[in-house]
Amino acid sequence: MKVAVLSGKGGAGKTMVAVNLAVTAGNAVYIDCDVEEPNGRLFLKPEHVTETPVCTRLPKFDGDRCSGCRACVDFCRFHALVYIKGVPKLFADVCHSCGGCMLVCPEQAISEMDSPVGHIEQGHHGPLQVITGVLNTGEASGVPVIHSALKAGFAAAQTATLSAEGSAVDDVTSSAEGSATDGFPLTIIDCPPGSACSVMESIADADCCLLVAEPTAFGFHNFRMVWELATLLGKPCGVIINKMDAPFEPLESFCREQKLPVLMRISFSQKLARLAAEGGIPVESDPEFAADFAELLEKIGGVIQ
Amino acid sequence: MIIAVPLDENKLDICPSFGRAPYFLIRNTESGQTDILENPAAQAEGGAGLQAAQFVADQNAQALITFRCGENAAEVLKAADVVIYKAEGSDAETNLAAQKEGKLAELTHFHAGFHGIR
Repeated sequence: MKVAVLSGKGGAGKTMVAVNLAVTAGNAVYIDCDVEEPNGRLFLKPEHVTETPVCTRLPKFDGDRCSGCRACVDFCRFHALVYIKGVPKLFADVCHSCGGCMLVCPEQAISEMDSPVGHIEQGHHGPLQVITGVLNTGEASGVPVIHSALKAGFAAAQTATLSAEGSAVDDVTSSAEGSATDGFPLTIIDCPPGSACSVMESIADADCCLLVAEPTAFGFHNFRMVWELATLLGKPCGVIINKMDAPFEPLESFCREQKLPVLMRISFSQKLARLAAEGGIPVESDPEFAADFAELLEKIGGVIQ
Repeated sequence: MIIAVPLDENKLDICPSFGRAPYFLIRNTESGQTDILENPAAQAEGGAGLQAAQFVADQNAQALITFRCGENAAEVLKAADVVIYKAEGSDAETNLAAQKEGKLAELTHFHAGFHGIR
């Protein structure tokens, strides 16, 4: 089962929820898709980390073959190509790596070259596999790195499933197995904030979405935007209200009207904030918090359908 | 010499936007001919500045008079040897006259584009 954790704004508690849920699940996969600022690794401090580069493809021109027909320039709807003084010229920032220019070139003068945009880190926090997508500073789009991080994460989950089937069958009562209704270890996707392309890419393959919301007017506004996106994509949603001191009635009534289950309410707590600032993982030090997340994990298996 | 000027809807004033100007005035200073052409990049989804710069280069312009211009468009225009002058005041004809008298300075500051937002 693949669970995406998202929110309409930054700082609502996506990473806190995703990290604690993943640690609670234990034998699970955590994928950090917030590639501009992947913070999960600050808490999980993964060990035995391996790095894999992520590249996009850019067109490369063979000047000898180019006849100057400009078919490539006319084709590119993003206008990443210009033709000046008999030479095609690429603006890499604008290129979407669609490969269309290569297809339309009648002279086969265009080939593709790899251009690095970031990397994937793969490591472990105990039994938990930690996959982190890291976008290079200054790159315009995180989507290729998110795509690679998800691919690496799903492959890791698949491998874990196969090895589990091959060895232990006496472990069916463990929390991770309990929530993995499809035999796939629980995969937690920590999404970027907001409701833009990078979030769409992150939740595209998720089975359900956990929407982390702050009980404020601003938090509710952003919550609705991300709820609309998840609903548009046909994803079942559950709600986690974080930093709660008192119920925010518009959010509460919206959840009731839309029949959105509120799976967890996390109280506003200085203790939690202090622990987070120290890079701690609350479920590892606070039994009460650990019990809350165990309950959440159980609910995800049954409640969000 | 051929000079290009991005024009507003009224076809008289210089448009504050280079890439998304609705029209371009193309003046041939030798023949005195003036054409006002639609900017093919005005409604572009992305890369409007690049497409507009390509259009200006394709008109064989050697000069452009504009208020502002993005980095990418400037790179195209420089590669095409188009000199970019900084417009003063909104009237296009006044600016063309000023350019003729050598009273326009070259544009040296190019803003970062809005390009690449995928």
